[in-house]
Formats: sequence, C-alpha cells, structure tokens
Amino acid sequence: MVIDWLPSILIVVLLLLGVIGMLRRASLWRAGQPEKVNIVAGLMAMPGRYLKDLHHVVERDKYMSRTHVATGGGFVLSMVLVLVVHVFKVEEQIVAWALLGALLLMLVGAFFVFKRRLNPPERLSKGPWMRLPKSLITFAVTFIVLTLPAAGILPEGTGGVALIAVLSIGVIIGLGELLFGMGWGGPMKHAFAGALHLAFHRRPERFGGGRSTGLKPANLDGDVLGVAKPSDFKWNQLLGFDACVQCGKCQAMCPAFAAGQPLNPKKLIQDMVVGLAGGSDANYAGSPYPGKEIGQAKGSPNEIITAGLVSQETLWSCTTCRACVEECPMMIEHVDAIVDMRRFLTMEKGETPNKGSEVLENIIATDNPGGYAPGSRTNWAADQNLAVMKDKKEVDVLFWVSDGAFDMRSQRILRAFVKLMKAAKVDVAILGDEERDSGDVARRLGDDATFQSLAKRNLATLGQYKFNKIVTTDPHAYHCLRNEYADFDKDGALAGVEVLHHTTFLNRLVQSGALKLDAFKGGKVTYHDPCYLGRYNGEYEAPRDLLRSLGIEIAEMERSGFRSRCCGGGGGAPITDIPGERRIADMRMEDASATGAELVAVGCQQCTAMLEGVVEPRPEVKDISEILVDQLIEEVH
Amino acid sequence: MPHKVISLISVGRHPQSGRSRRADQDSRAVELGLKLAGTDLDVVHAGNSEEPVLRQYAGMGLPKVTVLEQTESADALPALSSYLKAQQADIVLTGVRAESGESSGMMPYLLSEQLGWPIVARVADIVEIKDGEAQVLLALPRGQRRQVTVKLPFIASVDNAAQAARQSAFGPGLRAKMATQSGSTEDDSVRVNWSEAPAKARPKRLKVVKAKTAADRFKAATAKPQGGSGKVMKNETAQEKAQAIFDLLIEEKVIR
Repeated sequence: MVIDWLPSILIVVLLLLGVIGMLRRASLWRAGQPEKVNIVAGLMAMPGRYLKDLHHVVERDKYMSRTHVATGGGFVLSMVLVLVVHVFKVEEQIVAWALLGALLLMLVGAFFVFKRRLNPPERLSKGPWMRLPKSLITFAVTFIVLTLPAAGILPEGTGGVALIAVLSIGVIIGLGELLFGMGWGGPMKHAFAGALHLAFHRRPERFGGGRSTGLKPANLDGDVLGVAKPSDFKWNQLLGFDACVQCGKCQAMCPAFAAGQPLNPKKLIQDMVVGLAGGSDANYAGSPYPGKEIGQAKGSPNEIITAGLVSQETLWSCTTCRACVEECPMMIEHVDAIVDMRRFLTMEKGETPNKGSEVLENIIATDNPGGYAPGSRTNWAADQNLAVMKDKKEVDVLFWVSDGAFDMRSQRILRAFVKLMKAAKVDVAILGDEERDSGDVARRLGDDATFQSLAKRNLATLGQYKFNKIVTTDPHAYHCLRNEYADFDKDGALAGVEVLHHTTFLNRLVQSGALKLDAFKGGKVTYHDPCYLGRYNGEYEAPRDLLRSLGIEIAEMERSGFRSRCCGGGGGAPITDIPGERRIADMRMEDASATGAELVAVGCQQCTAMLEGVVEPRPEVKDISEILVDQLIEEVH
Repeated sequence: MPHKVISLISVGRHPQSGRSRRADQDSRAVELGLKLAGTDLDVVHAGNSEEPVLRQYAGMGLPKVTVLEQTESADALPALSSYLKAQQADIVLTGVRAESGESSGMMPYLLSEQLGWPIVARVADIVEIKDGEAQVLLALPRGQRRQVTVKLPFIASVDNAAQAARQSAFGPGLRAKMATQSGSTEDDSVRVNWSEAPAKARPKRLKVVKAKTAADRFKAATAKPQGGSGKVMKNETAQEKAQAIFDLLIEEKVIR
C-alpha cells in the first residue's frame, strides 16, 4: 500500500529540503571575505572540539550539559538509524532495538529541555525556542511508535491507515523542526552551523586548552577599513554568528548590559545574523539592548551595519572584557566583531564618540593618551635611580612602565614595584623617554593604524637592546606585548623574550626567597581579577599566591577568576563613556563589599583608577605591589 | 549659486611633542569651510605634497587637497595669491597664525593686501551668505561675539573660538587625492635670514591677590578687566585718530 511508504517518503523529502536549506545558508556565509582555513583538518578535529572544548564550557551548567548530551547524542544516533531502518529498510531487529534505545535517550533529554522551558530564566530567548522541546518530543515519540513493528514488538500494520496518517503528521512536525528547520534558520540551525563553526573557527588555537585573545590586525590597504557591512566580515565570522543558540550566557555576564548600557551580546550576534540573512529583528524573542526597542533594526549583507541594524552606542558600550566570549558555549568571538565594526567607525567615519577623538589625536601626536610631553615620561622616576636602556644596552629585566608614568596614582604602583625589585636585587632597566604607549587604547577604539604604527616603533626600540624578560604592571600593555606585537615583529625584537605581568614576576621572586615579606595584619582582603590579566592571559594564580604568601586568606567575590566582572575601564569605555543606568565600577565595588572585605587587591592601574572612583564608604583599593611593599622586610646595612 | 570657499592649511606643530600635526586653527578653518561648502570646499596647501600631515586634514572627509608644490624655503604668498585670484574665490579661510615657520600671523593680511579684498580677523563663525554679503561672527575675549557684515570676496582668519575640527579618519585621509600644481620658486627673503631657537619662557607678572573674600576672588578671576585709560574717538578727523594711535605705540614702546 502506498500509505505505508508515506513516512519514508516524508523522511527523504524533508531531508532533501533540509540539505537545500543548508546549502543556501552556506552561500550566505560565503558572502563574507575570504579567510584561509584548513577544511580537512578542521572537519577532522570537529568531533573532538565538540566533545572536549565545547562541552568543557557547557559542563559549567551540569543540568544543561547532561540534557544536551542525551538530546543531541540521542538525536544524531537515531537520525542515522532512522535512515537505516525506515529509508533503507534494513530488517535486522537488533538495529531497530538500537534505534529505540537512541530515541528513548533523546526522549529523556527532550523531557528535561521541556522542564527547563516551563519557567525559563530571563537570559534565554523565547519565541521559536519555546516550541523546540515539543518538536523534540514529537520526533522521539513518533519514531518510537513507527519503529515498534520493526523491533517486533507490534505486528506489522498495527493501527492501519489512521495510525500511519497520525504518525506522518508527527514525522512532518518532528523532522520539519530537526531537518528542515536546521537548514532554513530554525532553532536547530545551531547544530549545523555550530558544527561547521567548530571546524572552521577563526581561532583554532583556542581548542585543546589553548588561548587566543590577541586581536587580528586590520588590513590597512583595503578598500574599506574595518567592517562596514555584514559582508565585510570574514566568512567564518558570519558562520560563527549563525552558531548562536541564544542561551544568553553572554548577556548574563556582560557588565555593560548589567549597567543598563545599550549592549546585549546575544542581541548583537542575532543582529549580525539578521544582517547576514537580510530582514529585521522583529522575530527576535530575547532581551533587547537596554533602552532600545525590538523591531526597529533592519539590515542586509550589503547595507552599512550602523545605518539601521546596530546603533553606534551599542558598539561603544563594550569594555572588551571578554566575559561573553569566555562564557559562550559555541565559542563565538563577540569582541572581535565589535572591534571590527569600531574600526570602520574610527578609521573610515571618524566618529569615535566623546573623548575618543581627542585621545586618539593625543596618542598620534605625543605617543600617550593624555597629550603630555613625551620628554616628561620619566619624570616620575626622577628619585628612583633607575637605569635606562640607552645606557645599559643589556639587562635581565626590562620594566615596561606604560602610561601610568603620567598618572600620579599609578606612579605609586610603579614606585612600589621598583622598591620591590630593588629589594630583590633585580638587574632592571627602563626604556625611559624612548617608551611609547603600547597602543592598547588606540586598538580597542578601532584605530588600528595608530596601533600598528606604535607597535612597529616600539618594536624597533626594543630591537636595539638585549633583555631576557619584559615585566609590566599594566595588564593592557602586557597583553599587547605578549599577544599582539608578534604580528608586527618582523625582526624578532621579542623573540625568546618572556613577557610577564608584575604579579607573576613578583611571585617568582617570593617563591625563590629573593623577597622577604612579613605577614599581613590588616582586615579581610578580596582580589579583583583584571580582565586583561585573567581572561586574556590566563593568570589567575600568581596574584593569589602572592596574597597567600602574606598569610592572607582571600575572601573571593562571587564572580572571580574566569568569571570576574570587569571594572568598566577596558576597551576605551571610560573614554567613549556611553551612558547607562549604573556604573560598572559601582557594581564591581558592590561585589567586593559583599565579601565584607576592607581591602580590594588589584593588579592593574586601570582597575585601581576605576574602583577608586567609586564613592566612599567602600573598601580601600591597592595594587598587589603596594600591599607587598608595606610588608617588605628591608635588610639594614 | 554656491559660493567658492577655500581653506588654507599649513603644517602644525604639537605644543608638547613638537611633532607635525594638523594645525588647530587651520583645521578649524577647514571645519568652517566644510560647513559652508561641504565637500566642494577647496583646501589648499603651499608646500610639499608628500607631507603626511596633509593626510590628517584630508581625513576630515576631503576628497582632494590642492597642493601648490614648492620647496620649504619658497615663499607661500605669491603662489597662494595667484591661485586665489585664478580660482575667483568668494571666501578664503585661514588660521590666525601658523604653528610653525615664521608664525607671524601676516599671511591673511598680506593676501588681502595683494588681492585687494577685505579681511576679517578672528572669526568664530560665518552665519549666513546672502546677496553677495556674509554675516560673520567675530570672536572677542571672554566668549563675546560681534556680528559684522562683509562683502564677498573676503579673507577671514579663524579664531580658536570657532567650531573645533572634526575627527580625522585614517582611511579617507589615505585615499584622498593630492592635486598638485606648481607653486612659487621665489625664496622667502625674510625667512632666509631668520634662525630658529626654542622660545624662552616669558617672565610672568606676579599676581598679588588683594581680595579678602571668596566673592572678591571670584570676581577678580572672572570680571572683565577695566581698562579705564582707553577712549573712543568717533568724530575726530582721520589725522587725529592716526596721531592717537601713533602716540599710544610710542607710549607702549612698540616703536621708538
């Protein structure tokens, strides 16, 4: 009878339609710019990346990771077996039983998805995502019933035409979501795009426990600098946007979103999806950008993004703290995309908001953001008796002072660190007036031309001298020197040089016994992880070790380590100063106060400035080197 | 009919670093020019077309910069005046004084003398151009403005009080065309004899604060200085007026 064949035909038809959709989707990504990836190696590595790296992130939420393993694993297995049993009609009972097992596994998973969706947290998108558990359950139940005769549990032909008709509807609903929807932009798109995104990720170094946080250099010879239109992104960036599951973990972590600034990383990625596919955000069913209505954004691959799809303030609200990237189970690179679009605004439009323009102009004219005379860079060290590289030529440790040299508060940190190094008899020198701004702020503000110029000039200076280590108290300069200068280091000025943050370096000195420290006698202490030290460079332990070496038991904040909340000072955010409802620094200080700490230890002059800007009463803020120097046991001669 | 607006630009010098930059007042002149003429604005530099600072001006959104190609020692005046004459400009905008070179602030005056056009010094804004006349706001000390009407064509030097220059964008600056013409070959006879040396800090007059109360101090800091000795001469003859100025210059030891 023809009707007996109906489910099989439906399976094949929906599969084909799904594949057509996927091909169409792939053609949307190909509108992006070329980027070399190793296709074969990527595809080979993909299952491993999924099972290890992606699940490592998902595993932070045990409930969801188990649910996803059951649902996703069950579905993939049952889809293969559905083709074997119901399309190729393999009549081995054992295969049918295996299919039943896979379907049951999926059903259990789908049930837990259903349960989570009963009262979903705010960060999750609603809309089509609400029907997904029902579609999953329909799929599982339909195929269980459909497979029962093949497994020999029910006689062939049970239920007659009526049952087949009902099951056919089930097949359409289930596979409509899972195969057709996968290719045509339904919630299941994430499985297909996500798998390919893992295979062709722009930062393959991130897999296998690696870290890749340095921004990619902008091509300054292009027709357009930065990303103006969705099609200016690399093709695999577009693919990455499509992988988003709208779980909203980025939104929950974003400091700008929490401060009520008009940024929501999830919405931003969804707007990028709107841009690459064309259309409007009317169907977006998650939280909006704070203070902005949904339904106004329109875009297409060849329309300027900031002319209707995403507002400029949204892009300037980001502190580049990478909390969203760290949290994203699909390993999407939000910060890369934001800086790419900022590059267009700054280098093509000249529309860096508020103080941005002034700061960039200062950096260009004086090599420091404050516009101070370059010849006064070493004034802070007039009483420090520090050797200068120009005279020494060769030294063990080069101390990269950074622009803190011009700021009186930061100078206290610098002096403390110098005193510690002297106590440990470190062979150290500074570049003096030859040093320039690292280019961090210029780069985050989208002016990659200025960054590249600074990087090249700094590298040329560094290349004249010999040293084994560069140590800096500024995590932003640390990040640039360690992760971003290599792209421009043609002559190997930094080859074989160890770039260290001062906490790492001091920790070594303490561990080796070169520094003798007294026990700390103050009250409770908490530690704030600077984003550019922690998430950007993975240094969470050295600062904590140092505090412990003083006998301090750190009262950890709820959000610490890789989940540390930004102070609000990164990415040029204090310069562009996009208004919100709260200040990020205030929220971070509340986190600190909640631990009952009387002292917040930090490892960054920018964090110090931001946190000290919070009105009193509040805990005291000190850089770790300042805390150490107070406990230093000085030898008396 | 749209008016032909020309902004003259020079290579500036950052006060702290001494590095070349787009000069502050000149870039305000470009900003004002962009307001008046949009991208039809003609921006002119007499000097080296390879000068990277010109790209910083172009980054304000100029499709091209006209460069009257000449050596550093050549006088900019003849090249500029013959160019302005040939272009039949309506409004020529300059800075009050350059940040490098002679920095005498004479360029707009010499141009106006050669062209026979009026000059309005220290312009804050040009409000309206109508019927061959322009409504111009002059910048006076302490934020005061004076509105004057000037017949086209004229030369205006742009004060620091004018709208600050927009941000310079790297990309458009890089792509802007440098339209070169040959400039003058005459050496700047005045400049040749000059030698440059870093300026000595001028001695500052000690400020004795006599105020006893905060209100007095506030007043001293904000109130208009009362000249007292000045006088307004309206009905006197030109001879008398000139004599008064001459006497003052002698009194102030400007001329001996």
